Amino acid sequence: MQNNATRDLLVGTFVLIGLGALGYLSLQIGGLEFGQTDRILLRATFDDIGGLSVRAPVRIAGVKIGQVSAIDLDDDLRAQVSLEVESDVGLSVDSSAAIRTAGLLGDQFISVELGAEDEVLGEGEEFAFTESALSIDKLVGRLVHDAGVSD
Amino acid sequence: MPTSLGPGGSTLTGSAEPAASAGEDYIAVRDVHLSFGHRVVYRGIDCRMRKGGIHLLLGGSGSGKSTLLRMIGGLQRPDRGDVTVADRKLSELKERELGEVRKGIGMLFQNGALLDSMSVLDNVGLPLREHANLSRSEVAERVSRVLYAVGLTDVEALLPRELSGGMLRRVAFARAIVMEPEILLCDEPFSGLDPLNVTRIEELLVRLNSELGLTVVVTSHHMASSLRMADQMILLRDGDCVAGSPEVLAGGDDEGVIEFLGEDGRAYLARLNELREPTREASGRERERDHR
Amino acid sequence: MRGLVQDLGAASMSLVEGLGRVAVFGGAIARCLVQPPTRFGFFVRALYDAGVLSVALIALSGFTVGMVLGLQLYTTLTRFGAEEGLGAVVGLSLVRELGPVVCGLLVTGRAGSAVTAEIGSMKATEQLDGLRMMAIDPVHFVAMPRALALTVAMPLLNALFIVFAIAGAYVIGVSNQGLDGGVYLAGLEGAVRFADDVGQSLLKSLVFGVLLGLISTYKGHACSPDAAGVARATTSTVVTASVAILLSDYVITALWGV
Repeated sequence: MQNNATRDLLVGTFVLIGLGALGYLSLQIGGLEFGQTDRILLRATFDDIGGLSVRAPVRIAGVKIGQVSAIDLDDDLRAQVSLEVESDVGLSVDSSAAIRTAGLLGDQFISVELGAEDEVLGEGEEFAFTESALSIDKLVGRLVHDAGVSD
Repeated sequence: MPTSLGPGGSTLTGSAEPAASAGEDYIAVRDVHLSFGHRVVYRGIDCRMRKGGIHLLLGGSGSGKSTLLRMIGGLQRPDRGDVTVADRKLSELKERELGEVRKGIGMLFQNGALLDSMSVLDNVGLPLREHANLSRSEVAERVSRVLYAVGLTDVEALLPRELSGGMLRRVAFARAIVMEPEILLCDEPFSGLDPLNVTRIEELLVRLNSELGLTVVVTSHHMASSLRMADQMILLRDGDCVAGSPEVLAGGDDEGVIEFLGEDGRAYLARLNELREPTREASGRERERDHR
Repeated sequence: MRGLVQDLGAASMSLVEGLGRVAVFGGAIARCLVQPPTRFGFFVRALYDAGVLSVALIALSGFTVGMVLGLQLYTTLTRFGAEEGLGAVVGLSLVRELGPVVCGLLVTGRAGSAVTAEIGSMKATEQLDGLRMMAIDPVHFVAMPRALALTVAMPLLNALFIVFAIAGAYVIGVSNQGLDGGVYLAGLEGAVRFADDVGQSLLKSLVFGVLLGLISTYKGHACSPDAAGVARATTSTVVTASVAILLSDYVITALWGV
């Protein structure tokens, strides 16, 4: 029969290892962030968001700076996407937001290209320039159509 | 030596008259009916137990002796009728209030019912640790004192499975009395024990009753020792009971008792009577020896 | 025909009755949690029995499940030329479903049945009655620490299971099949998100732990106080808890997706 001290030690070790595994899953793999990095809310309106979904990343030069927090329809029935972006990344007011696909068949994300102005976008402001999602079938359709027309 | 004799005369079901003094009704079972499915255990039994007496529940197996004991402890509720202990009607009490009553009751189960993963010290000291505000060393001290009283030393570190039958029973005994209860309920305390241990337990019960005034209720098969000790015998049969002092019941004069027991009952009583005389003398001699 | 309908009605009634009794028992345990004494020592011992003694089983099963998953998925993904997605698929399927459910079923069989057997045999040997006669609530003394221990152990074992399974799939995919280790881990980290996936896994394992804790202690307390009764109760725990885990898995998955 194991004495109490050994047993307590094993239980403590078990709990620590279990929490460690949980921590590894949450932080390393799951990407949980601690400490609130200040974020600001920005908006962008698109004609077609394609397969974009909430929590899709927002990247600039390939680096993640935020994520999509909400997708709604505005009064003109265009897609209004809300983005949460780290506040210390200053995006100039003439920056553009485009919906791109990761790889050929991957998930869609928002790619931001910096503009030239000094003034930066503040809380709640909207992107002046947006590019809707490119859909493969439209592209292929156009290609075929163009090919057909050229004959 | 048990003090005065129990109620003189027998108590037949149905025609029982409530006893005069409150002390007579210390434990009272009134018109209790109980069935388990189709099996009828009691069809309206009445009995009373005097405070400070030694009361014996006798009967064949399946006659409901243990169940009656459990009802006095509040572990079993009757279908009809009530059980009153120290003026408190058990069926009216909630579990918490029942707990308060139980603090004054010690119960010795047939197989000891010790917690098998805890040592003797932890088992016997459990009620103290839960209900009394004592330090660890005080608990250990009380435990070793009560273990000594039941004739055990140096067993505190053992586990229940390492104890012999007699030792186990005595440890359970110690646990039942460690909180100094007023009532002691014993379910077949003599069963499966060798004669030496039977005598030990019997002496303990008598001493607890005479020195501390404990009210003792015992279920038993063991005829000889039963007669030595008891103030009142309660015989259970066919869902009914009959009660009286050993002299009266075994005397074989009471019409009601004879009718209750029937032919085979008379033979039983005759045997009881036979055992009674020589053993009373023997126990008297033993007590003299102890006093020296 | 009428007999069949009657039997069905009776069965449904007893099912609802049974659920009610379990719920009442759960309420009793919850009340005990806020009453002193804390019984930390018993909790630790129960955590040892449920957690520490299950680690070997969970580690081995996790690793094996991971290896099988890795092998199966890799072969299938190769058909579509998408081997590099192994990390992502393994991660998502393990974290969201396989981890909590398989771990839950394993712990049910190992620790859940043990708890029921222990409490049931205590009932059969009158130890629970003995506690009552000492004015100690058996639910507080016996059931509460064990139910709590199962609840706490489950998420921890789940995390261990998943980590071992990820390792198992890594061994197959990388060492065996030649997938690049970095790609595997990157795929894993890219696809699995805390809020959606790890959070869901955590919630599921907690719920499964609570269900198992409740069911295993209840069945021990409610069993028929003899050897056959204890055996029946033990089997019943495994069956009932397994079904409860699978059903609640569906409910959580469906609700979470909303």
